[in-house]
Amino acid sequence: MFDSIKVRIKQGKQYIPDVKRAEVNPKFRGFPLLNNKTCTRCDDCTCVCPTGAITAHPLKIDLGKCTFCGDCQRVCKSQSIEFTNFHKMAAGRRETLIVDHNTDRHLYTLDAVKANHEIKRLFGRSLKLRSVSAGGCNACELELNACSNVNFDMTRFGIEMVASPRHADGIVITGPVSENMAYALEDTLLAVPNPRLVIAMGTCAISGGVFQDSAAVNRKFFDKYKVDLYIPGCPVHPLTFINGILRLLGR
Amino acid sequence: MSWAVTSNNQTIDLAAIPVETAAGLRTEIIEQCGRGARPVAFFGQKLSSGVRLFVILADDPRSELVASSAIFAESEKSYPSISTEIPAFYLFEREFFEETGIKPEGHPWLKPVRFSRNRADQSARMADYPFFKVEGESIHEVAVGPVHAGVIEPGHFRFMCSGEKVHHLEIHLGYQHRGIEPMMADGSIWKKSKLVESITGDSAIANSLAYSSLLETATGMEVSARATAIRTLALELERVALHMSSLSGLCADVGDLTGNTFFGATRTYVINSLLDICGSRFGYSLIRPGGVNFDIDAALSAKLLKTLEMVRDRVFLIGERTFNMPGVLSRFQHTGIVDFKTAEKINMVGITARASGLKRDIRADHPFGFYRLYPAYKLTLDSGDVFARAYMRYLEATRSLGYLIDLLNGLPPGTQLLAERGRLKPDSMTVSMVEGPRGELVHVMLAGADGEAVRYKLKDPSFNNWFALALSVRGEGVSDFPICNKSFDLSYCGYDL
Repeated sequence: MFDSIKVRIKQGKQYIPDVKRAEVNPKFRGFPLLNNKTCTRCDDCTCVCPTGAITAHPLKIDLGKCTFCGDCQRVCKSQSIEFTNFHKMAAGRRETLIVDHNTDRHLYTLDAVKANHEIKRLFGRSLKLRSVSAGGCNACELELNACSNVNFDMTRFGIEMVASPRHADGIVITGPVSENMAYALEDTLLAVPNPRLVIAMGTCAISGGVFQDSAAVNRKFFDKYKVDLYIPGCPVHPLTFINGILRLLGR
Repeated sequence: MSWAVTSNNQTIDLAAIPVETAAGLRTEIIEQCGRGARPVAFFGQKLSSGVRLFVILADDPRSELVASSAIFAESEKSYPSISTEIPAFYLFEREFFEETGIKPEGHPWLKPVRFSRNRADQSARMADYPFFKVEGESIHEVAVGPVHAGVIEPGHFRFMCSGEKVHHLEIHLGYQHRGIEPMMADGSIWKKSKLVESITGDSAIANSLAYSSLLETATGMEVSARATAIRTLALELERVALHMSSLSGLCADVGDLTGNTFFGATRTYVINSLLDICGSRFGYSLIRPGGVNFDIDAALSAKLLKTLEMVRDRVFLIGERTFNMPGVLSRFQHTGIVDFKTAEKINMVGITARASGLKRDIRADHPFGFYRLYPAYKLTLDSGDVFARAYMRYLEATRSLGYLIDLLNGLPPGTQLLAERGRLKPDSMTVSMVEGPRGELVHVMLAGADGEAVRYKLKDPSFNNWFALALSVRGEGVSDFPICNKSFDLSYCGYDL
């Protein structure tokens, strides 16, 4: 028993008091800043990008394809690309994820997710989500688990991961959707009662990521069903996830 | 001599690898395995006509690998199964059959492995998986998955039970299959760093280390001592992080909330140390062929040292408490036993094999990177139950933290990243093995005549160990499955590729 008390004392306070204002480690690669004026149009960045997320002239990065590996920043001789540690990157529409040199990151966050009155009314105080990993590498899955741990403690907002789609208000998809998982993914969504939310978590879920050209991936699901929230990252940082959902709920 | 002798991180000419008949190769394999060798790779390479089967066996005590091959002509569609004599080949032969259609005659359990996109029999459908049937009046089945209750990867488990007692568990995987192997051999091999990191997120460092060492070996690049030390540091951090995550889950599964949250919070310190080094909690972008993308300066080194010393204190405290709690021990001990003989027979690897007394650790047997200068010692336990696997994780985490602290106290100098790349040796085979958090990862690359990668074979430790989970629950209750599963903590995506 004394050991347990010692453990409790040692544990101390682990939670992040203000999740909305918390900042991520300065080394974290989040929202990129682009500079068209200094860009020498050498195309080195587009050549090294593993997912074709960058278009040059003018410079644009698709956050839905970007894996935040930072290879473009390292290869750029004119320092026209810089990844900041700004993490609030979730967006309600796919097009919003394509950012250029004019995009201001703070305005981006304000505009990217529009809280819908109906969603706020239905799920604002309690949102239960079911996770479906469809070809994910287990990094996004571990980060989604971390959202509920003692540090990030997403449950304090009434947002919870539940065991069955029947208990859920929506699903969180991770991974590029492998052919072998396509049926189970759709089946799980259909088991969630209406009205329901579809959340695409991570680069793979949003665009296929590094697997976008693989023959073993089947993304027809996204032609058929609308995604309510895109959360970029590789993997998604728990603070990106929680803040994205809070914006969606208008909180 | 019908075997080419090589070792971890070595390139040999394809011409030096003997070509046998299928029957001849089988006899050779049985003889080698009778002397204690074990398979680490067994795969087919399609030729313009027919298939060449490559076999690589490991001779652990001598730190050697031996390779041989056999060519199957277009008309040869079967060979006598090796698994009937050496069970360690059971899954390798199934994989070979799934991909090439060449049948191991007499194989006792010839089922699909992962329904890979390039399988030989395109008419095989996942929905028709041939489950084993136990029949009888009191027999019932419990089917779980592919979508599980937790936030976890997909897989299907089917229990055949009478009452609460499990007779047999069949694990049907393949849902995570993303077709990584063909993607590795498509386009420049130098551009695959991100793909390799995405094989298994929680073993991203181990995989990118195996991939980078392989390319460096095949081109003769010499990585600096500093880069090697930073890579090893990251690999040990990854190991501690996964062990903390497994122990946290194990505590949750026996209702020990304190252990669950404490191990979970301890893991956060570890992965945030990786974030401090390279900007990713999973070590993404850290390791690249030629070295590392991020250096560790004096200030960061001091910060990491302080954090890891604190983490070690936390691990000792929670470990002493958890492994002395009767409530925890009564659930862990004598549950889900895999004995030494079974472990050896089915070719288990990694930490779970060591919990069954099998002395296998690539860091010591086939040392790579910094382990050649500063060795890691093998730890084993004998009981092979959930307790042994959990306690092994605790022991290994404390050992790794000690290793990390020593390493940080004396980081050698050297270049961070080599700017120049070499050329791959044409018509060659390179093997790179790394002891990841779950066990040995094997990467094998075949280079073609123009020095391009034509085949890239991957083997995750979970490939060896999933069947051990199925065996561990035999005779146990259905409700023991969660802790058995968590004690192995295997990767779905690593197996499915």
